[in-house]
Amino acid sequence: MEKIMNQSQLNQVKERELEIIKNSKCRILICAGTGCLAGGSGKIYERMCELVKDNPDVEVHFGPEIAHGDGEVTVKKSGCHGFCEMGPLMRIEPMGLLYTKVKLEDCEEIFEKTVKNGEVIHSLLYQQDGKEYQKQDEIPFYSKQTRLVLEDCGQIDAEHIEEAIATDKYQALAKALFSMTPAEVIKEISDSNLRGRGGGGFQTGYKWSQVARQQEKIRYVVCNGDEGDPGAFMDRSIMEGDPHKMIEGMMIAAYAVGAQEGYIYVRAEYPLAISRLKTAIEQAEAAGLLGDNILGTDFSFHLHINRGAGAFVCGEGSALTASIEGNRGMPRVKPPRTVEQGLFGKPTVLNNVETFANVPMIINKGADWFKGIGPESSPGTKAFALTGTVNNTGLIEVPMGTTLREVIFEIGGGIRGGGEFKAVQIGGPSGGCLITPHLEVPLDFDSLKKMGAMIGSGGLVVMDANTCMVEVARFFMNFTQNESCGKCVPCREGTKRMLEILERIVAGNGTLEDLDMLEDLAHTITDTALCGLGKSAALPVISTLKLFRDEYEEHVVDKKCRAGNCQALRQYVIDPEKCKGCSKCARNCPVGAISGQIKNPYTIDSSKCIKCGACMGDCPFGAIRIAD
Amino acid sequence: MKYMTINNRKVAFDDEKNILQVLRKAGINLPTFCYHSELSTYGACRMCVVEDNRGRVFASCSETPRDGMIIYTNTPRLQKHRKMILELLLSSHCSDCTTCHVNGQCTLQELAQSMNVGKVSFENNKPILPIDDSSPSIVIDPNKCILCGDCVRTCEELQGVGVLDFAHRGSKLQVTPAFNRKLCETDCVGCGQCRVACPTGAITIKHNFTPIWEALSDPHVRVVAQIAPAVRIAIGDKYGIPKGENSIGRLVTALRMLGFDEIYDTNFGADLTVIEEANELMERLEKNENLPLFTSCCPAWVKFCETRYPDLAKHISTCRSPQQMFGALVKEDARVNPKDDRRTLMVSIMPCTAKKAEILRPEHFTEGEQDVDYVLTTDEVIRMFKVAGIDFNSLSAEALDMPFGLASGAAAIFGVTGGVTEAVLRYVAKSSKLEDLEQISYMGIRGDDAIKEATVQLGDRELKIAVVNGLKNADDLMKKIQSGEVYYDFVEVMACRRGCVAGGGQPLPIGPRTKQARMEGLYKIDGQAQIKRSDENPFIDALYQGLLKGREHKLLHNEKH
Repeated sequence: MEKIMNQSQLNQVKERELEIIKNSKCRILICAGTGCLAGGSGKIYERMCELVKDNPDVEVHFGPEIAHGDGEVTVKKSGCHGFCEMGPLMRIEPMGLLYTKVKLEDCEEIFEKTVKNGEVIHSLLYQQDGKEYQKQDEIPFYSKQTRLVLEDCGQIDAEHIEEAIATDKYQALAKALFSMTPAEVIKEISDSNLRGRGGGGFQTGYKWSQVARQQEKIRYVVCNGDEGDPGAFMDRSIMEGDPHKMIEGMMIAAYAVGAQEGYIYVRAEYPLAISRLKTAIEQAEAAGLLGDNILGTDFSFHLHINRGAGAFVCGEGSALTASIEGNRGMPRVKPPRTVEQGLFGKPTVLNNVETFANVPMIINKGADWFKGIGPESSPGTKAFALTGTVNNTGLIEVPMGTTLREVIFEIGGGIRGGGEFKAVQIGGPSGGCLITPHLEVPLDFDSLKKMGAMIGSGGLVVMDANTCMVEVARFFMNFTQNESCGKCVPCREGTKRMLEILERIVAGNGTLEDLDMLEDLAHTITDTALCGLGKSAALPVISTLKLFRDEYEEHVVDKKCRAGNCQALRQYVIDPEKCKGCSKCARNCPVGAISGQIKNPYTIDSSKCIKCGACMGDCPFGAIRIAD
Repeated sequence: MKYMTINNRKVAFDDEKNILQVLRKAGINLPTFCYHSELSTYGACRMCVVEDNRGRVFASCSETPRDGMIIYTNTPRLQKHRKMILELLLSSHCSDCTTCHVNGQCTLQELAQSMNVGKVSFENNKPILPIDDSSPSIVIDPNKCILCGDCVRTCEELQGVGVLDFAHRGSKLQVTPAFNRKLCETDCVGCGQCRVACPTGAITIKHNFTPIWEALSDPHVRVVAQIAPAVRIAIGDKYGIPKGENSIGRLVTALRMLGFDEIYDTNFGADLTVIEEANELMERLEKNENLPLFTSCCPAWVKFCETRYPDLAKHISTCRSPQQMFGALVKEDARVNPKDDRRTLMVSIMPCTAKKAEILRPEHFTEGEQDVDYVLTTDEVIRMFKVAGIDFNSLSAEALDMPFGLASGAAAIFGVTGGVTEAVLRYVAKSSKLEDLEQISYMGIRGDDAIKEATVQLGDRELKIAVVNGLKNADDLMKKIQSGEVYYDFVEVMACRRGCVAGGGQPLPIGPRTKQARMEGLYKIDGQAQIKRSDENPFIDALYQGLLKGREHKLLHNEKH
């Protein structure tokens, strides 16, 4: 693309690209987010390309070389659409069709019917409660959301800056550069009350103003893309689906605080995000939107990508900067804070991906507009990764202050299999659990804090009656112990001991004293750990112990797991009514725990049983079950 | 003046950089494993936690004191946390206290006792890790490591060597050289400062007592000792003798009681070094080559320079260190003038762990014979005295053997930073007048500054001198020398801060007051010495006329540097 030298050229390019999109007879957007790619969308993309190319009747331009084609039909790879449960997803424009669970075999039919003749293939449409939805916006999963940060994710080709420019990217940067002073930019962000989306909820504008007022003139802008919470993928989706939005946010921050260099720290487990970001940076540099003398002004900004090796703790600010510097990623004591001495000991703006992605919208539409969304103390929207036993898993975005009930039951479509809602784990390994009485709690920084939970980076794991809460706590503690950097004693040794206790409990060897020790350890870790991650490491245990103490006690006293999750506590029983006495189970049992007489009901000696479950799977009469 | 309220008492503070220092000033010593005023604040052990009036708990080592703060240091909650942390540490620490080298001087042991831990609630199920005894200087036992990081920061921040760091995550964390190498495969210089910093027995001095005990009781072996300058003012620490006091007399008596046949002074070797090094300096100044001349008496520095700045290694003096000159001399004497048919074994008593490596260097073998056979650090000698049941305090002082037991005051100050330079300048000035001596000592080469500079007029030439202590400081200086940013004719380097007084083999603990007292102790020895200049040592002159004649190079110099 040509170099854009000023604001009017930027607008010209935007108009031109919009025109191209408008004139395109058919635009096929295939979701190439990590989830859909895993579902085979890469092959689907290739197949659609072949079909379009091989057909002499259609005049097309497409494909990776000239993916931003100006022909009649274009085939494109987009970022995550969010509705991962229904992937692989395919959008067909301008009809606005959303095809779900597309398979490779469907491609020809799609091409023949929809692309060539405009026919709708009903079997590929999303259906809920017997109703069929042609368009994305009508689907309840989407209609209840407010997609601002994710607005263009899935709507544009993330690998071509032209589409980004067509969807208003770099307009806010131009506005800041040409009609705002750095101080005005900071004021606008401060007025908007934008709070950090990485978990802490710190005022972004205040952070920037602190960097801006440092004596040291070399400053850095760093984007935290080290999304490490298990199950969270909001930031990845933004980096993969709309990288320019976040880059633009970083550039505005750099302009505001006087930084000339920036780093995006992305975990190495996000290869697609890294490659899209690389492409985005290269294209922005070629277009004169990044590098020296941006848009012909004297503002220069250079952006680097830093791949993290995947240590969870590197999401912590000081560990992250240490990691970029090439040191071991370990948090350090504060003060000095990152705004004073961050990367390479220089004042540093460190925000997460979603926070930066909010910035251009605020500059474009103003602080008042932003404050109009969500509650006053936590304005704006928040993206969540909705997972677990909910019908519609995926990436969602709702205004702050939306209740859990709306998220789980309206957007999420309720509990899968019509089961009963038990709890939702929010905030990943640093967060806590919320239960039915909390369903009306508005999702915002302050309300959740009061409940002993936190938004964290935005993971929501929904759990039903089949989830054992002790096992949930053990899972997160295992994660934390593996991911602890090991620097401070409470986190290094304390989480290890908590994990050992939890492992004992789920194995049926726990004692009531163990529960007390868990609490003692949790308090010491929470009070004394060095960094934020350590301080919150015990939260899943504290929260489940508080809300589900009866389950813990059942494990310890009755040696029972009501969810049937804990293998060691399972009680296999043979229903004498159903058992025909065939002896198959007794023959298959590896430890000889089953005995009886042919043609009479058999019994299991639970003192010998190793809970392997071989008998249950093999019983031809379904006579063996796990006792309640 | 600002004030804070500590445990309901008002305490004034000034510019203390953290609350822990304010507390110490106020007479409250909170336990800590990882706080050292000379190192960066690490904040990992969490033992020094305090609580404020809003119930916030934080580590006092890493919090800036603010006017009007209200803090509590000893609430039941804090006590509980400290005890829990201690229990957690103890539960993953090899608890073979009775057989541990630092039994009785281990911070972990001391705290466990003073905080009445009683029993540890958790089982030690850490896998046993191999001990690294590959270095001739120190031994690392990871099973005793509490991961406070003191050694890591010492090696990196004070010494600029950085061979130790953390590896692995969570409870698998370990302090180790990169790529799990053995210490002998790294650039470790053997200075032993990590051992000084280690609060437990995870890093200790490499011992080799057995062959020495055997030699001492072997009638066919003549066991000769040499005692380094910094040993005599440090050994008394373990016996309640005032810090810095010269205990050479009792040390000689104790060594004789152990069975040493002859006991000499490394200071004699230092006098030789002064003369040789000063002559070498003159020679280089005359030829104007390989300047600056770097001193060579500190083996940790020599190794550091060879590995980090190989292109500058030719600047290192070809003079052997006092220990090596003395060892070569005694062994040559035994070869040339054998008194009987006993084999001579040279044992040096040193403040230094790097000396253990120095004796093994190939250039320190003369005619195939190792010049110095064993090095015992001050700490090890004390252990030997203990084994032999020697009651050090009750001993009366005895004199060193002659002729190698006589040395100048200039040699005594070799054990402190700036001492070598001062001794060389005295020799060059060729004057023992009090005012001339004072002029040298007040020219800026004394004291504990990281890098000291001085200029001396030498005929029509201005001699530019730098004196540096601590390898990190030396590293900084070397970078500047390499880049041409600074120029010197003579550079003295001591690897350890303050010099050998704070060497890696000295009795612990070595706090700032101890270092100061030991430095003063050496200057006091010099002050009381009747001979001030090395060339005034009458035995030296006799030696140059006798045994050394024609053998100066063979015994006192290395081929290259």
